[in-house]
Amino acid sequence: MTLVDSLRIALAALRANLLRSILTTLGIVIGVASVIVLVAVGSGARSGVEKQIASLGSNMLVVFSGSSRVMGRAAGAGTQLPLSEGDLAAIRDKVSGVTAISGQLNGSGPVVYGNTNWTTTLSGAHPGYTTVRDWPVTSGRELTAQDVRSTAKVAVIGQTVATQLFAGDDPVGATIRVKNTPFLVVGVLAPKGSSNFGRDQDDIVLMPMTTARNQIVGKSQVQADQVGQIYVKFDESTDLKEAEEEIESLMRQRRRILPGAEDNFNVRNLAEFMKARTEVLSTMTYLLAATSLISLIVGGIGIMNIMLVSVTERTREIGLRMAVGGRKRDIMRQFLVEAVSLCLLGGVIGTVLGVIGSVLVASAADWPVLIDPSVIALALAAAGITGIVFGFFPARRAAALNPIEALRSE
Amino acid sequence: MSTSKQQSAVAASGAPATLQPLISASNLTKVYTMGEQTVRALDGVSLEIAEGDFVAIMGASGSGKSTMMNLIGALDQPTSGTLKIDGRDVATMGSDELADLRNRSIGFVFQQFNLLARTPALRQVMLPLLYAHPRPENIEEMARARLVAVGLGDRLDHHPRQLSGGQQQRVAIARALVNNPKILLADEPTGALDTKTSEEIMALFTELNRQGITVILVTHEPDIATYARRQITFRDGHIVDDERRDHARDPQREAAQ
Ligand SMILES: Nc1ncnc2c1ncn2[C@@H]1O[C@H](COP(=O)(O)OP(=O)(O)OP(=O)(O)O)[C@@H](O)[C@H]1O
Ligand SMILES: [Mg+2]
Repeated sequence: MTLVDSLRIALAALRANLLRSILTTLGIVIGVASVIVLVAVGSGARSGVEKQIASLGSNMLVVFSGSSRVMGRAAGAGTQLPLSEGDLAAIRDKVSGVTAISGQLNGSGPVVYGNTNWTTTLSGAHPGYTTVRDWPVTSGRELTAQDVRSTAKVAVIGQTVATQLFAGDDPVGATIRVKNTPFLVVGVLAPKGSSNFGRDQDDIVLMPMTTARNQIVGKSQVQADQVGQIYVKFDESTDLKEAEEEIESLMRQRRRILPGAEDNFNVRNLAEFMKARTEVLSTMTYLLAATSLISLIVGGIGIMNIMLVSVTERTREIGLRMAVGGRKRDIMRQFLVEAVSLCLLGGVIGTVLGVIGSVLVASAADWPVLIDPSVIALALAAAGITGIVFGFFPARRAAALNPIEALRSE
Repeated sequence: MSTSKQQSAVAASGAPATLQPLISASNLTKVYTMGEQTVRALDGVSLEIAEGDFVAIMGASGSGKSTMMNLIGALDQPTSGTLKIDGRDVATMGSDELADLRNRSIGFVFQQFNLLARTPALRQVMLPLLYAHPRPENIEEMARARLVAVGLGDRLDHHPRQLSGGQQQRVAIARALVNNPKILLADEPTGALDTKTSEEIMALFTELNRQGITVILVTHEPDIATYARRQITFRDGHIVDDERRDHARDPQREAAQ
C-alpha cells in the first residue's frame, strides 16, 4: 500500500462524513487561524515601529530641555531653561563625531495657497536638519546657512502639505502665506510616514530657525536664541553611549549644574527607546501565539475522540482489510494519514481564515499586518504534528484489532 | 462415518501419496474462554485437503464450521494442534507473514459480502492488490478483468447499494480471486441469496474449481453441498463424516442437457 493509496482512502473516509470532519477540525482551524492573525498583527506592529526607528534618522541623539523626570520639579514648562544657539554651537564644536546638527523649534498655524487653507506644524530648523533626520528633499533645495543668516522667508514643505495645498502641482517656486506672511516654497521633503505617536510627520512646513523664531512662533513666547530641541547626528564609528555622556557633561558644565544635582535637560537615544518597545512587542506576540497553540491541543483531543469513534464504527472494515492482506502497519498508517489529513485540512482552512482575518484587521483597525510565510508553514506543521500525536493512539488501537473479531463486530 | 474415512477419501481423489496436501490440520483445537465458561469450538480436528478439491463443510449451527474456516484462512490461530497451509505451519508465522499469506494464497467470500460502503465495485476488487507485496502496477486492469470474468463488466462504478445481493456476492468473489489465490474460502456464501441466485453463484464456484482453484465452502443447504466433490460434516467441534461423491453436480452439464 503506497502513501497515495492511504491518502485516497483517508480522503474518501473524511468525505463520507464531511460535516463531522469539518466540525472535528474546528479546533485546529481556530488554533491555526489565531496563530496567524496574532503573529501577523504583532509583527506588523513591530515592523511599523522599526520603520519609525528608521524614520527618526540613524546614529542620532536628541537633546531636550527640562528634566527627564516627568513627575519631578521640572514638569512645569516655566521652570525649563530652553536650549539655545550657544548650546547647539557648543555641542557641534566640542563633542566628537558630530556630522550634522540642527535645532527644531515647533509651532503651528495656518498655511494658505490660493484659496486653500491648511493648518500644520511650523518648524524652524538649521541647514543640517534634512541630514540629521535622514530626510532628503525630493524636489527643489534644502534650507541653507544663508537662509538662516538672512532670516529668509523660504519654506521646505512636507508631502502632506504639498498634496493638501497643491494637489499635484509643483509647489517649488510658489508663494504661500504662513500666518499671513508670504513665503517662497523652495523644496519639498520626501514622504516619511507616521511617527511613533501616530502623528503624520509629513504634515510640516520647515523654515529657517531665525525666521521661525522672529516671525512665526512669536517673539513674545521665545527667547532670542532659543532653538527648541537639538538633533545631533554622529558618524558611524561613534559610540552613542559615549556621545550621550559627552553631551551631558558639556551641558552640565554650560549650565553650571552642581555635582549631585539633577539635569535640567535630557539627552535621548530615541532609537534605543523604541527598540526596547519592539522587543516587548515581539515577546507579547509570541506569548499570545503560544497561547493559541493551546487550542491546537484542544483541537487534537477532539480529533483523537473522533478517530476513536471512527475506528469503532469501522471495525468491520478494518477486519476486512486485514482479511484481504492488510498488515498492521497498513491499518495503522491508514488511520494516521486520516488524522493528519484532518488536521492539515483544518490547518489549510485556518490559514485561509487567518489571512483573511489579518487583512480585515489591517483595513478595519488601520494597523499594519505582516503575514510571514514561515509562520504559515510553522502553523501547518504544528497542525500536522497534532494529527500524528493525537492520531497515534486511535491508529494503534485499529492496528491491534484481531481480524476475526473485527470482522464479526456489528 | 469417522475421521479414518477421510484418509481413504484422499486416496480416492487420486492424489499421489508424495504430493503434499494444500491444507493439513492435525489434532486442531480452538477453545474460547468467556469468564468461567470455556467453549471447545474445535475439539481435535485432523484433516487434509488436496489442491484442486471442492469441499463442502456441513453441520449444525455452533458445530465449529466457521471456526475451522477462520483457522484455514489464517484469520485466527488454533489453541493447540498444527495447521499447515501450502506447506507452512501457521503457528510459526508472524502477523505480517499471515497477512501476506491471506493476501496471496487465500480468497474469502462471506455470507454478508463484507463490501465497503460507498465504494464502487472496481475499488472493492482492487483492495487486495493494494496490500500486495510487491504491489502490481496495473491493479485497475486486473480488477476490471476479474469483474468482467464474474459477469459484472457493466457494473464497475456501482456502489454496493446499487447492486442486487447476487451481484454484491459476485463483486466479493471477484475481490477474493483478484490476487489469484490457491484457496477460495466461502462461509455460507449463498446464505443471504435466493435459490436461483445461489445456483448462479455455485455455477461460478464450479467453474473456478475447474480452473484449478481449491474451493472450500460452508453451507447449511444439502442442495448447495451437492456441487462439491467432498462433504465434511462437523458436530460439536469434531468431524463426524467425510464423504467423497463421484458425481458432483455440474451446472455446465445440466445446462447442456
Ligand atoms: N469469539 C468467540 N467467543 C466465544 N465463543 C465463540 C466465539 N466464536 C465462536 N464461539 C463458539 O464456538 C462454537 C462454534 O462456533 P462457529 O461459529 O464455528 O459455529 P458454526 O458451525 O459456524 O455455526 P453457524 O452454522 O451458526 O455459523 C459456538 O458454540 C460458538 O458459540
Ligand atoms: Mg458459521
